[in-house]
Amino acid sequence: MIELIQEYWRPFIYSDGQQITGLAMTLWLTSASSCLGLLLALPLSIARTSSRRWLRWPVQSFTYVFRGTPLYIQLLIFYTGIYSIGAVREQPLLDAFFREALNCTLLAFALNTAAYTTEILAGAIRAMPRGEIEAARSLGFDGWKLYVHLIMPSALRRSLPYYSNEVIFMLHSTTLAFTATVPDILKVARDANAATFLTFQSFGLAAALYLCITFALICLFRLAERRWLSFLDSNR
Amino acid sequence: MLPAFTQFAASLGGFLPMLLHGVWVTLQLALLSLLLGLILGLLGAGAKLSRVRAWRLCAQVYTTLIRGVPDLLLMLLIFYGLQTGLSRLTSELGWAYIDVDPFSAGVITLGFIYGAYFTETFRGALLAVPRGQFQAAKALGLTFRQSFVHVIFPQMMRFALPGLGNNWMVLLKATALVSIIGLADLVKVAQMAGKSSQQLLAFLLLAALVYLLLSSVSNAALRWLERRYGDGVQESSS
Repeated sequence: MIELIQEYWRPFIYSDGQQITGLAMTLWLTSASSCLGLLLALPLSIARTSSRRWLRWPVQSFTYVFRGTPLYIQLLIFYTGIYSIGAVREQPLLDAFFREALNCTLLAFALNTAAYTTEILAGAIRAMPRGEIEAARSLGFDGWKLYVHLIMPSALRRSLPYYSNEVIFMLHSTTLAFTATVPDILKVARDANAATFLTFQSFGLAAALYLCITFALICLFRLAERRWLSFLDSNR
Repeated sequence: MLPAFTQFAASLGGFLPMLLHGVWVTLQLALLSLLLGLILGLLGAGAKLSRVRAWRLCAQVYTTLIRGVPDLLLMLLIFYGLQTGLSRLTSELGWAYIDVDPFSAGVITLGFIYGAYFTETFRGALLAVPRGQFQAAKALGLTFRQSFVHVIFPQMMRFALPGLGNNWMVLLKATALVSIIGLADLVKVAQMAGKSSQQLLAFLLLAALVYLLLSSVSNAALRWLERRYGDGVQESSS
């Protein structure tokens, strides 16, 4: 166990000498895909709750497809499937993008978490008390101002508990990245296992790292909830 | 577009039996894991609500650990770990070498992981059944088993179903992971067919479509079940 740590602590935490690996890569995958997903989900959730059908319907199909199929298949489609088409490889820009495993992985993860986050935010928007919107209207808020100053801030706050679950799910899903050769914590653990045959120690070390990140995330979100959701306590 | 499609349709015919078998493997995997998970979930919920402190602690450690560690990592740990552990055991005892196949490893892992999620669902549902129901069953002279099967379980299911439904949908999608440890399920078969026919994208999209179909069917079935277990409640409230 000690030799394993001595030999592998560096790749497990940040680098194998050539590229970012392990914990640093996992944190980057989780934060980048969560941020991209959230940015995408903001406009999509507004469209999802729109009263216009042509706006609502495409978003609904997007979330239906991405939530109804495994992330692993989505990753395979973006990583190997799209690049297997000749037309994609002939286009210099697309070729440069899809040749990089990390790009494909981030794209698949971001779209997947965007679909789940859209539904979470849409649920929060729908659950807005009607009185609040009427009060804002009577004060002259209208159109996009209503969304920017009232609906979105409130929806973001109210969906925090559900969003924290989604981020933790995203963290756990990043383990799929190694199938696309991205060197995250699990990839380092697999390499360590293959080299030393210390199965329980290699994967146990990785499990401990993931547990630490999970608990850190739970703590962070609890702090965020205390900061931004304390106003709900007075309603109880 | 059209020639590409006819080309795909032509190669699909040859791979159809293989693909159908892949779907069947995926379904078996999902249903067996569900069964194992449900059993573990009921046991876990019982342990969490037990009066014995050691049971509660065990169940707490189980759910916390499982939900804090990624499922794919657990799968690799169980697959490789079981293999190493078993071969060490068999060589020490002088037995024949036991091979852990990906299917059993998949069922054990998925059942074990989703057992933790089911534990939380069942715990909440059990707590939602009024205590009086249990006392009334006891007063009527029913044994513990009878009161659980005929009184508590049907009522608990109404509260548990939405949560179980969500867990099942996640479990169904998680079966795709088992192809990583080498099981010839829907995903693996689609990859193999796609690679040998040079139409990877089309076969992967087809696999995604099958999963979408399975999700939709499960959704409809769950809605029907929820109506069925909610029957008594709607009658009494109207």
